[in-house]
Amino acid sequence: MTKYIIRRILMAIPVVFLMVLATFVLVHAMPGGPFDAIGQRSMPEHIRILLERRYGLDKPLYQQFFDYLMNLLRGDFGPLFRQPSQTVNDIIAQTFPVSIQLGLMSVAVGFVLGIPLGIFAALNHNTPIDYTTTFLAVIGVSIPALVMGPLLIYTFGVKLGWLPIAFWGADPPFILGFLPKPTADFWSHAVMPVFSIGTGMAAGIARLTRAGLLDVLSSDYIRTARAKGLRERVVIVVHALKNSLIPVVTILGPLLAGAVTGSFITEQIFALNGMGRRFVNSIGEREYFLQTSLVLVYGVLLIFGNLLVDIIYAWLDPRIRYD
Amino acid sequence: MTPEKQLEQLVDNNKDLGKSRSPLQDAMREFRRNKIAVGGMVFVVFVMIVAIAAPVFAPYHYATQNLRNNRAKPMEGYDILVSYAEKECHWYNTPLEWGCTVFIAGSDALGRDLWSRIVYGTRVSLSVALAAATVSLVIGLIYGTVSGYSGGRVDNLMMRIVDFLYAIPLLPIIILMTVYFNAVSRQGAESGLMSVLINLDRLAGGLLFVFIAIGALNWIGMARLARGQVLSYKEKEFVEAARAIGAGNGHIIFKHLIPNVLGPLLIAESMAIPGYIFLEAALSFIGLGVTPPTPSWGAMINEGYSGIRSNPHLVLFPGVALSVLTLAFNFMGDGMRDAFDTRLRGRN
Repeated sequence: MTKYIIRRILMAIPVVFLMVLATFVLVHAMPGGPFDAIGQRSMPEHIRILLERRYGLDKPLYQQFFDYLMNLLRGDFGPLFRQPSQTVNDIIAQTFPVSIQLGLMSVAVGFVLGIPLGIFAALNHNTPIDYTTTFLAVIGVSIPALVMGPLLIYTFGVKLGWLPIAFWGADPPFILGFLPKPTADFWSHAVMPVFSIGTGMAAGIARLTRAGLLDVLSSDYIRTARAKGLRERVVIVVHALKNSLIPVVTILGPLLAGAVTGSFITEQIFALNGMGRRFVNSIGEREYFLQTSLVLVYGVLLIFGNLLVDIIYAWLDPRIRYD
Repeated sequence: MTPEKQLEQLVDNNKDLGKSRSPLQDAMREFRRNKIAVGGMVFVVFVMIVAIAAPVFAPYHYATQNLRNNRAKPMEGYDILVSYAEKECHWYNTPLEWGCTVFIAGSDALGRDLWSRIVYGTRVSLSVALAAATVSLVIGLIYGTVSGYSGGRVDNLMMRIVDFLYAIPLLPIIILMTVYFNAVSRQGAESGLMSVLINLDRLAGGLLFVFIAIGALNWIGMARLARGQVLSYKEKEFVEAARAIGAGNGHIIFKHLIPNVLGPLLIAESMAIPGYIFLEAALSFIGLGVTPPTPSWGAMINEGYSGIRSNPHLVLFPGVALSVLTLAFNFMGDGMRDAFDTRLRGRN
């Protein structure tokens, strides 16, 4: 297994390299540059040239890319053109924890709500309980974070006034660099953003769990287990459940990607200082290093997410062997 | 279920016993029996009609402004020129500038009728659903079929490319590409492919690149599905038989493989459509979709959400529209999957 993990990480290096190269070329190909204007006025030519030289933008592109890679290896993501007091490292240190907290909590909500609901529905197959759960789940997958966010804000923030409608309740410094201090303030701020992503996920997971469990329950080995006279609880918990979760795990990858997509929107709606919002806000700017670096961080996250999925997969399904 | 009813159903199930039914007829029958799925389909068809005949359903043009009547609450209007309006005041029979205006769903910050904008917004959502589904289906089908049918080295290489695209975060890159395209198209191009694209984009209300982006994001799954289907069918006896009597590759691909591959792909597409609609709304929300004043539900939510405290309807109505259309597509897609998946028949 260790060998497999190491090999996967080594295989990821060319993928990351190509991704960074493509992004780097793309952002540099955009018309205009970072120093075209100061506010509403256009930048004097000689100052622009000096500034570009200061950041090495006058060098040929391959040279710039090489320098960027060398700096990356030293752990330096590069400068920000428009906020010289900060670097891309600072931005990532501030925004990455917020996004990762939001993403992990949303996925957790998705699983903690979704799996039991799916099991509950499958065990009560073709009863009103099943129909109600299934119906709620379809509604759940039909409400995107883009709609759920404002809906929650309106209900719990504006009408009822129970929860704060914006901002994240934890600020740097974070414990271990990414964990928040679990204060009441943190939780009250986190509830709505997390649920606006998490409910849709929970609904999707519930549907998959239900379908997976129903599929497994009608298989021969479950009939065998019942025929042996095992108690129903043992049949479900020991024999059926683990296998029924395999299809659920397969969507963990797309789900993590979905958490990223969701965070683009949700961070915007709740004005959270996360990576998604920073990325979206940077699209009108020409912050070459910031944009390339954020794509890099997303890419590494996704690769580790997919690796994690494959490991869980092997654990759930012993037929799968990696070596 | 009472025994009589059971008997009735039994008779009903077997009334055309002895007649042979094709798998398609079978699936259609199964689909028709699913009331919720049929309901979803009827609603989708209704929304299509609304989209095509938008001027009939929308009292105003989506871009007509009435700054004096901005941010009106639902069912509310400000009768500014009451003396004129009092005489003949029916709903929507008077021009917007003349007061006596009742906005069914309120009006936005520029005094544009929200209901009309929601009605015109169906055009954006549905055309994205259709175009993105077509783009990803065509690319996925061609790519997957070529890859699966060729086999060997070509297949290997093509699947490595797919794996690569699967492993990277496409959405941020697609967003950057959309930004690039928008920036270049603002600059304008005199000739070549870029100017053709820019003109097409103008025709599509700024949506062309959204179509391409969403299709580009989603063809990968379709290609994998198509390849898997081709791999399993190309070893089947009927393909062997066709080859034995001397059929060429083109004949086998178009007459034997694609008809079989198409079904599962169409079902996968119908399940994926809600995702396309969400993605368009998300792109328009962050300002990368339609060009104003073309109304997109995502863009409308973006315009309204900062004022949710005083004017919640500006966010909630487009949001509800988005969710209801998605719900209908989900019901329809689920029904199609259940109807065509013979493995599940009789269980769900």
